[in-house]
Amino acid sequence: MAHVPFEYGLYLAAALFLIGLVGVLVRRNLIFVLASIEIMLNAAGLAFVVAGSRWGQPDGQVMFFFILSMAAAEVAVGLALALLFRRAFGSLDIDQASRMRG
Amino acid sequence: MTVAFYLAGVVAVIATLLVVTRHDTIHALLYLIVSLFAVAVVFYTLGAPFVAALEVIVYAGAIIVLFLFTVMLLNIGHEAEGDERHRLRPVSWLGPGLLAIVLLVGLGVAIAGGATAQTGARVVGPRAVGVALYGPYAIGVELASTLLLAALIGARHLGQRHREPDAGSSATATVAAPGTGGTGPQTTLARDAGDAQPAAADEAPAPPPRTVRFWRKDDR
Repeated sequence: MAHVPFEYGLYLAAALFLIGLVGVLVRRNLIFVLASIEIMLNAAGLAFVVAGSRWGQPDGQVMFFFILSMAAAEVAVGLALALLFRRAFGSLDIDQASRMRG
Repeated sequence: MTVAFYLAGVVAVIATLLVVTRHDTIHALLYLIVSLFAVAVVFYTLGAPFVAALEVIVYAGAIIVLFLFTVMLLNIGHEAEGDERHRLRPVSWLGPGLLAIVLLVGLGVAIAGGATAQTGARVVGPRAVGVALYGPYAIGVELASTLLLAALIGARHLGQRHREPDAGSSATATVAAPGTGGTGPQTTLARDAGDAQPAAADEAPAPPPRTVRFWRKDDR
């Protein structure tokens, strides 16, 4: 059985991370920014799992578990903020947040 | 199994590219689900079935559903029926459906090949991961639970609607659902600002109408 090269998994993780980064930088809709952050976190977790699989250790999967819980916490707070943002500004355009002050 | 890896990798990249280029939020989220499924297949082919299941259950099952709920909440009120008809057109689900079928075919080929543990990588099952989680990483699990609790409390705090303590009648107006009676976001904003002014008038000049109030003054 052929072996998937270790580097290809890392290339895939890098590509997904890059797409997420471009999404964060380019998109101006708050929901898309949050989704792109999820893509980036997922790509980082993929890199951990690939590395853990390379050496046959469970540590990579443990790290993915931590990244997963962090992403869940981030998306809960982020989406609550998105609801507040929409209520305050009437849109989800993050450029309007330059007016934000407490 | 290697075929499934390459197929899922290509599907993941394509679906993720489509996520960041779509204009419709629902379309993007459907592609995001396909992308997460593809990454789950990649995990499975890399010999990590536990995180593959976690990816499907937590990411695609919980986080994306949270996204979808938020989008539905944000879109509430304005031409919901037209939106519904717009979203049920084939153009919205055909792309994600095709990519998901590609994934399914790849997974079916991999399973029919009888290759669950025949990747070059060694399979690290849920047992090893659980032993590691509750052995050397126990403090990390505790920290993750604390983080989730903090996020729960924070989201609860951000999500509640603040009422002015001295305005009983205006509190019910604030609690009323936005969008009722044909009020758009602008009028909702004006009403919120109008509610906020009497309480803040005695210690500060009246705020400009587009001030954001994420918390009350006495919360700090």
